[in-house]
Order: sequence, then structure tokens, then C-alpha cells
Amino acid sequence: MTAKISYIFLFLIFFYDVASGRDIIVCKNCETVSIKDAIRQSIDGDRIIIKKDIYNENNLVIDKQIEIIGEDHPVIDLEYKYQGFLIQKDHVKITGLEIRNISVNYMEDLSAIKIDNSDHCVIENNILKDTFFAIYLAKANFCLIKNNKISGQAKTETSSGNGVHLWKCTNINLEYNEAEGHRDGFYFEFVTKGTMTGNYSHNNLRYGLHFMFSDSNVYRDNLFRENGAGVAVMYSRNIEMTDNKFEDNWGPASYGLLLKDITRSLVKGNLFYKNTTGIYMEGSDQINVENNEFNSNGWATKILGNCMDNKFTQNNYLNNTFDVSSNSSKNANFYSGNYWDKYDGYDLDKNGTGDVPYRPVSLYSMIVDKVPESIILLRSFIVELIDVTEKAMPVIIPETLIDESPEMNKIKFN
Amino acid sequence: MDKKIFKYILFDLLRNKFILIYSIILMVMSFSIIYIGHDSSKAVITILNLILFIIPLICLIFGTIHFYNSREFIQFLLTQPVNRKNIFRAEYLALSVSLSLGFLIGVGFPVMLYGLSLSGLYLIVTGISLTFIFTALAFLSSVLNKDKVKGIGLSIIIWLYLTIIFDGLVFLVIYFFNDYPIDRFIIILTSLNPIDLGRILMLLQVDVSALMGFTGATFQKFFGSILGKAVSILFMLLWIILPLFISVRIFKKTNF
Repeated sequence: MTAKISYIFLFLIFFYDVASGRDIIVCKNCETVSIKDAIRQSIDGDRIIIKKDIYNENNLVIDKQIEIIGEDHPVIDLEYKYQGFLIQKDHVKITGLEIRNISVNYMEDLSAIKIDNSDHCVIENNILKDTFFAIYLAKANFCLIKNNKISGQAKTETSSGNGVHLWKCTNINLEYNEAEGHRDGFYFEFVTKGTMTGNYSHNNLRYGLHFMFSDSNVYRDNLFRENGAGVAVMYSRNIEMTDNKFEDNWGPASYGLLLKDITRSLVKGNLFYKNTTGIYMEGSDQINVENNEFNSNGWATKILGNCMDNKFTQNNYLNNTFDVSSNSSKNANFYSGNYWDKYDGYDLDKNGTGDVPYRPVSLYSMIVDKVPESIILLRSFIVELIDVTEKAMPVIIPETLIDESPEMNKIKFN
Repeated sequence: MDKKIFKYILFDLLRNKFILIYSIILMVMSFSIIYIGHDSSKAVITILNLILFIIPLICLIFGTIHFYNSREFIQFLLTQPVNRKNIFRAEYLALSVSLSLGFLIGVGFPVMLYGLSLSGLYLIVTGISLTFIFTALAFLSSVLNKDKVKGIGLSIIIWLYLTIIFDGLVFLVIYFFNDYPIDRFIIILTSLNPIDLGRILMLLQVDVSALMGFTGATFQKFFGSILGKAVSILFMLLWIILPLFISVRIFKKTNF
């Protein structure tokens, strides 16, 4: 037994020795003055430590299992020439660098850090400035992207790239990154089992977060603000969106959250604040929307007629101009136990839920949907009159779109 | 303008129980709206609906009745060496100022007490402008008709037209002509109604998110700009000046 343990111990020491490797230090007065040289000299398991300075280098291809560590954020200036790091090996780690000035290129997706066909990589604590694509992962698995600060200067959608671009990846963790000034802050395509936590995406030209064909992903505690068109989630299944904040997405084609062809997903505990449209749903089904707060939006939820079996329960609807709007007179979704601040029913048995059902769709909201100019009559007497009469005897508004047990008081979430 | 006449009529009006009841009713309504609703911006919207409805009605009806009731007093004043224009102006100002005071106490005070926001300020300004506009319209309908019943009838018709019928017509125009680019036309059309102007200026405060939609953005761009606001205020002023101008001209020639 003792022999066995000591064997294991010996093995561990041996392994540790190999894994720790040498330290190669790069600075202007050191033996190695360029990062490219350092990479050339290194073997698997080495660490390259870069001291604070400005390095004018580009196209740094990493094909060894090494760790690159920047001390006090040394600057790597690509001078708009070519790409930054290209990682082609597993277990590579890049931390503490500042990479800037990536040129716009219409043939190649030039990026500050690109991981190509490699697993278990870590990109942490980097500052990426004036980027075309900032962090680009293609066919990468089990990677961690953490605490990076990414800013671009995107001017038009066609001449700009994405902050974090993921293509054909699995099990990627994105944590506490900040992305601004790109076409899409975060872009996912064919990504499965990804987790996105605590990221902040703002002032991007198109979407704060954009993902397509990406199943089984989790988005938690993220903040999306003032993006051109909010957040778009398309053609995916099993998406979990919890505790995110969607704020200030203003514009005719701007949505807090756009759901297109999404199935079996969960939208829970999010805050939608001051968006032109909070949630826009198209061709989506079996989504549970619960415990969210819709506050001061133009349209809290816009649900098109091709959505079905979605459940809206225990949400707070506060100060929205329109709570629910639909283009169809049929309804295949389920609303129950929400708090609607426009509810004017009563609660005789004092059980906390209203005794009269609430109809969240108003006739006027349907008219505005068809004839957008009529928004100018918002809150005029004639509109109130139309709505009251229609609610008393529904003819045009979806008769089954009804909350049978509306809450009397604002729901408190835990 | 004769300050003595203005002062006399103003104090006479303030002693009148009607203004007192008016402000008490407004105050009860405002306080109940504020305390029932949990949110200040929602309270402002509800109060807005209330004042867009009530102020024009009260100003028109009370203004007309007041003018007919003061007929004998005016006749008496006319025997004195005072200019007709001055008498009319004093009457108008005294009435609008007293109604505005009633509004300020009834709505302005609760709103201010609850915490004055920008939208609250707009609410108060809108209310006071509507008071001045509809008092002018009330005087116009009074000088147009010698018969009290006809005058009140005309006032009610003006109220019905501007609060309901006008918007209905705008609605029809929008509905039938929405295939054409009518955004600008609608802006001009709504400027022709003081109630709509007040309402839209308020919308820009409380419903900005919704106005950022497809067409709303055009309206927001216009009415939200300094030019738009200046134009709105100009139209509001016109709504005071034009009726007054016509009324004074008729009043000068009226044979009492």
C-alpha cells in the first residue's frame, strides 16, 4: 500500500515537473525581446512572461502547450497589419495582455485572439481595444473566456466584426466580460452547452447577444444595454435565460429579447426596462416566461400568431404602454397569475388574486399594429372609449387571451 | 387694462363657492389617484386623462355661465367712462386666473407634494394652458349668442368636438389614408386641437419607449425637438389669442 502511494507521489512529482516548465521572460532589455522569439524558443509546458511595454508584433501563432502571462497589461500593437494570437493547440492560456488595433478585413476574420480547433484554453483578464473581431473561437471546446474588456469602433454593420465570436463550440464558459462597439457583442453559432454569466454587452451596432442554431445554452446575470437591436435568439432549443437585464433598447426594430423559432426554453427572473419592445416572439413554442419584470416598455410582449404553448406566469407588468400585443385574433398561449398594473378588477374573497379575468390585449394595440400612425392618438379619450367597449364585449381582440387569475399586488421575487 | 376692475372681479370670483368646490374636487381626485397608484408616472398619466377631460368642460361651462351672469355688471360698467376692451380683458383674465388658481391648488399642490418630476411640471403647465384656452373659447361662445341657453349649448358642442369628435375624425383619416405618407399631415392635423397638443407633449414625457416604434419615431422627432415644442407652444398661444381677438371685436360692437 505504502509503495503504491509513493509510486503515485513520484508520478505526480514527475508530472508536475514537466507541466511547470521554464519561464521565458520578454522585455526590451531581456535576452528575448520579441514575443515571436519567445514562442519559437518555448516547448510544451513553458510560461512566457511579458513585462510592461509596447510590442509592435502580429500574427503570433501558438502551436505549443504554453501559457502567456502579461505583467501590468503589456501592450501588443498590431498596427492594423494582421491578426494577433492564433492558438492551434490545447491547454493554452493567455492572461493579462492588452491587444489593440486590429484591421478590418473582408476576406479573413482577423481577430485579437483566435482559437482554432483547440480545447481547454483559457483567455483571461485581457484588454482588447479597437478590434475587428476580438475573441474568435472556431471548433473549440471546454474553454474559459473570463474578465476580458473588449471595445471596438464599429461604424457600419458590414465593416465590423463581433466582440466574442463562437462557431461550432461546446462547453464554453463566458464570464464577466464586457463588450462594446462591435456588430454583435457576443455571437454564437452552432454552440452547445455554453454558459454565459455576468457579462455586460452595450452600445453594439446590431445585437448585444446574437445566437443561432445553438442548443442547450445557459445565460445568467448578464446585462444588455443600448444595443442597436437588443438581443436575438434564433433557431435553438433548451435555452435557459435567467436573471438578465435588458435595458434601453430603443428603435423601431429594437427588442429587449427577440425569440425566433425557439422551443422548450425558460425565461425567468429577467428585467426588461425601457425597451421599445420587451420580448418579441415569433414561431416559438413551449417557452416558460416566469418571474420577469416588464417595466416602462413600449410593448412589454409582442407575441405573433405563430407562437403556441408558451406560458406566461407570475410576471410583473408595470408602466408599459402596451402589455401584450398580437397580430392574430386567435391565442394559443397561456397567461396566468401575473400582476398587471392596468388591472381594474376586484378581489372580494381577499385571496390575493382578482375575481374578474384580465384581458391584456387592447383593441387599440391591435389597431396600432395594423396602422402604426394611430400611435399619435395614444391616451386620447376616443381610444379609452374604444378599449373599454371592446373589453366589455370582445369581438376583435383574442377572446381566449385572458389571465384568469391576475394578481392584485405586485409579485415579490426572491 | 383696468387693474381695479380686474381685482374686483378676481376677488368676487374667489369668493364664489364654485372655484372652491372645483379645487376641492380636483384635490380629492388627485390625492386618491396618487395614493391608490403605487407609481408616480402612472399617477401622472391618470391625472392627465382626468384634466384633459375635466378642465375643458369646467372652463367652457363655468366661463359661459359666468359671462351671462356678469351681463348686468358689464352693462353697469359700460355706463362709466371705461374702454370696452379693458372691461373684456379684465373679465377674461380674472376668470382664467381664478380657474388656474383652483387648478394649481387642486392638482398642482398634490403633484408637487408627492415629488415634482419633469412630467409633473408638464402636467401643470398643460393644465394651466388648457384653462386659459377654454376660458377664451367660453367667452367667444358667449359673445356669439345673446341667448344664454344657446351659448351654453355652443360651449358643450365645442367641448364634445374637441375632446371626442375631432380625435374620431383624425382616427378615420389615419385609418383610411394609411397607405399614403401621412405622418406630417397628422402632425399638422393634431396641432389644430389644443387638447391633442397637450396630450402629445405629455406623451413625450411618459411614453417615450412606445413612441420609438416605427411611426412614433417621426412624431417623437418632431414634437421632441425644440422646433416642435416651440411650434406646439405657438399653436397653444394662437388658441388663446385668436378666440380673444374675435370676441373683443364682437364685444365692442355688441348692443347691450
